[in-house]
Amino acid sequence: MDKFEKLTGIAAPMPLVNIDTDMIIPKVFLKTIKRSGLGVNLFDEMRYDREGNEIADFVLNKPQYRNAEILIAGDNFGCGSSREHAPWALADFGIKAVISTSFADIFFNNCFKNGILPIVLPREQVDLLMSDAEKGQNARMTVDLEAQVITTSDGAEIPFEVDAFRKHCLLNGLDDIGLTLEKKAAIDAFEAKAAQARPWV
Amino acid sequence: MPKTLYDKIWDAHVADEAEDGTCLLYIDRHLVHEVTSPQAFEGLRMAGRQVHAPDKTIAVPDHNVPTTLDRAKGIDNEESRIQVDALDQNARDFAIHYYPVDDIRQGIVHIVGPEQGWTLPGMTVVCGDSHTATHGAFGALAHGIGTSEVEHVLATQTLIQKKSKNMKVEITGKLNPGVTAKDITLAVIGKTGTAGGTGYVIEYCGEAIRDLSMEGRMTVCNMAIEGGARAGLIAPDETTFAYVKGRPHAPKGAQWDAALAWWKTLHSDDDAQWDKVITLKGEEIEPVVTWGTSPEDVLPISGVVPSPSDFTGGKVEAVKRALDYMGLKPGTPLSDIPVDAVFVGSCTNGRIEDLREVAKILKGKKVAEGVRMMIVPGSGLVREQAEEEGLADIFKQAGADWRLAGCSMCLAMNPDQLAPEERCASTSNRNFEGRQGYKGRTHLVSPAMAAAAAITGHLTDVREMI
Repeated sequence: MDKFEKLTGIAAPMPLVNIDTDMIIPKVFLKTIKRSGLGVNLFDEMRYDREGNEIADFVLNKPQYRNAEILIAGDNFGCGSSREHAPWALADFGIKAVISTSFADIFFNNCFKNGILPIVLPREQVDLLMSDAEKGQNARMTVDLEAQVITTSDGAEIPFEVDAFRKHCLLNGLDDIGLTLEKKAAIDAFEAKAAQARPWV
Repeated sequence: MPKTLYDKIWDAHVADEAEDGTCLLYIDRHLVHEVTSPQAFEGLRMAGRQVHAPDKTIAVPDHNVPTTLDRAKGIDNEESRIQVDALDQNARDFAIHYYPVDDIRQGIVHIVGPEQGWTLPGMTVVCGDSHTATHGAFGALAHGIGTSEVEHVLATQTLIQKKSKNMKVEITGKLNPGVTAKDITLAVIGKTGTAGGTGYVIEYCGEAIRDLSMEGRMTVCNMAIEGGARAGLIAPDETTFAYVKGRPHAPKGAQWDAALAWWKTLHSDDDAQWDKVITLKGEEIEPVVTWGTSPEDVLPISGVVPSPSDFTGGKVEAVKRALDYMGLKPGTPLSDIPVDAVFVGSCTNGRIEDLREVAKILKGKKVAEGVRMMIVPGSGLVREQAEEEGLADIFKQAGADWRLAGCSMCLAMNPDQLAPEERCASTSNRNFEGRQGYKGRTHLVSPAMAAAAAITGHLTDVREMI
């Protein structure tokens, strides 16, 4: 996994609440057996008409947001299905951080596994970042994971919380499975104990 | 210290705990389907890893499979076929339990697991599918995971987790006739919103929950995810034990006795602490329908389509968009909304009891002119039982399309889809934009309400028909 340390980029505003995983990546694109190549279909039904032409007023089709690397999103972003195709599509498009007042649980977890940093902030701060993002390509924000601070285009600093273990994994681009396998002895011991206690499992 | 049911199951499965509270949670059952697993198996191969516990891993294709009677001829869509073939291959290569498309036991993964006795009280159950919450009906801690986590569970049989908070949702009293488990679960989401459960595991309790069959309990827990919760739980009781006993993978003999003794301890202690409590009166729940594009857009069938001005904050824009998408005008009585299609099925409502409810309403009646009704059993065994009970004859005589098992039009990954602007009363779980087909319009309802709409051709209060 790519490391996430410090990112300076354009933020796109998506104030709609409850943007679900079907919107992020519709099911027709779940038939792939690969992780890559989904960026072109990110937000497909909002982004293109039935003939495949771009819908001009969709935010990521606007010239100033085509290279966005940060999304500022409405409440409860990523609700719905467990499809990791949603963060795969975001990552493949180039989105590296998503900021909202809240995220759906499974989507939130899936982001960290793909080098995307989801950040939860209080409403006033999300509103402030939303306004900043609306300035388009002049508004380059910085997300500093090490320092846990977002810096707006005006230089305002907004601190954020992140789980220490997940921060460590993102900063170092660590693979969870490798880390867990270092604890194989604990897993084996648990299995032996559970086989005694609950042999029917 | 007093514990909740969630606390008890959690504590019994912690294989390792770090100083910051990050745990390795041991997984008892890993269910796998074709859409969210190919990349995980590929990851194992690339790293030269094996499946840690193939005996605890169960795979079945469901999302992509055709539900037409001629499906033995194979899958037309190439990508769908490749995905199902990949699952066939992975199941063989890694020696995991498998129910292929032509096996009578094949069906929707969340219906097959309980049906075969893989899901048992007190277990941890995961699947690369958000509706894994279904299995919580047995008092099992069950939730959806992403594909990276599928790979993690395949390789280690554990999941890296932090504990969620405890929420109690109590449904007191009795349900009125015509009100079902689906109405309970939608009414709860209507009250909490789709983010109300975020960060929590919900335990559903109260007389109205106790009175439900296992099928009904699965319907309630299935939609816990639609309320944002990590999982939904119902404490196991005699109803649970009776359902589990004798299933192919349920314990037998002395092991049954030992299991039962432990299962009977799986309930929240009287003085357990809850981070949040929600109470609904069973008598006050009405048959409900959704009018928008989020499962929280719920109203009793006696209501009218709301106006954006009834809402505040970001929801105002969302409601404008939803009404436009749904083609609805504020103030329209919900029971005046005509439907073009009716879908009965899915992991929410594709079990035998759901089909019985539909048959009860449909018996001796016809599906309205111009309405197409699709009835898709949740598994081959559900289909077989519905045929033995004569339900299938009622469906066919009514003019409904009686099909083979799969996820079908719940998410429309196979050819079972709505046309643009086609409007559907659906027993599934999500009314998101495009969910049942590009520009398709979904109204979530109970099986009984779906049958009522099929007969009249518009959303209908089923209480007028019983």
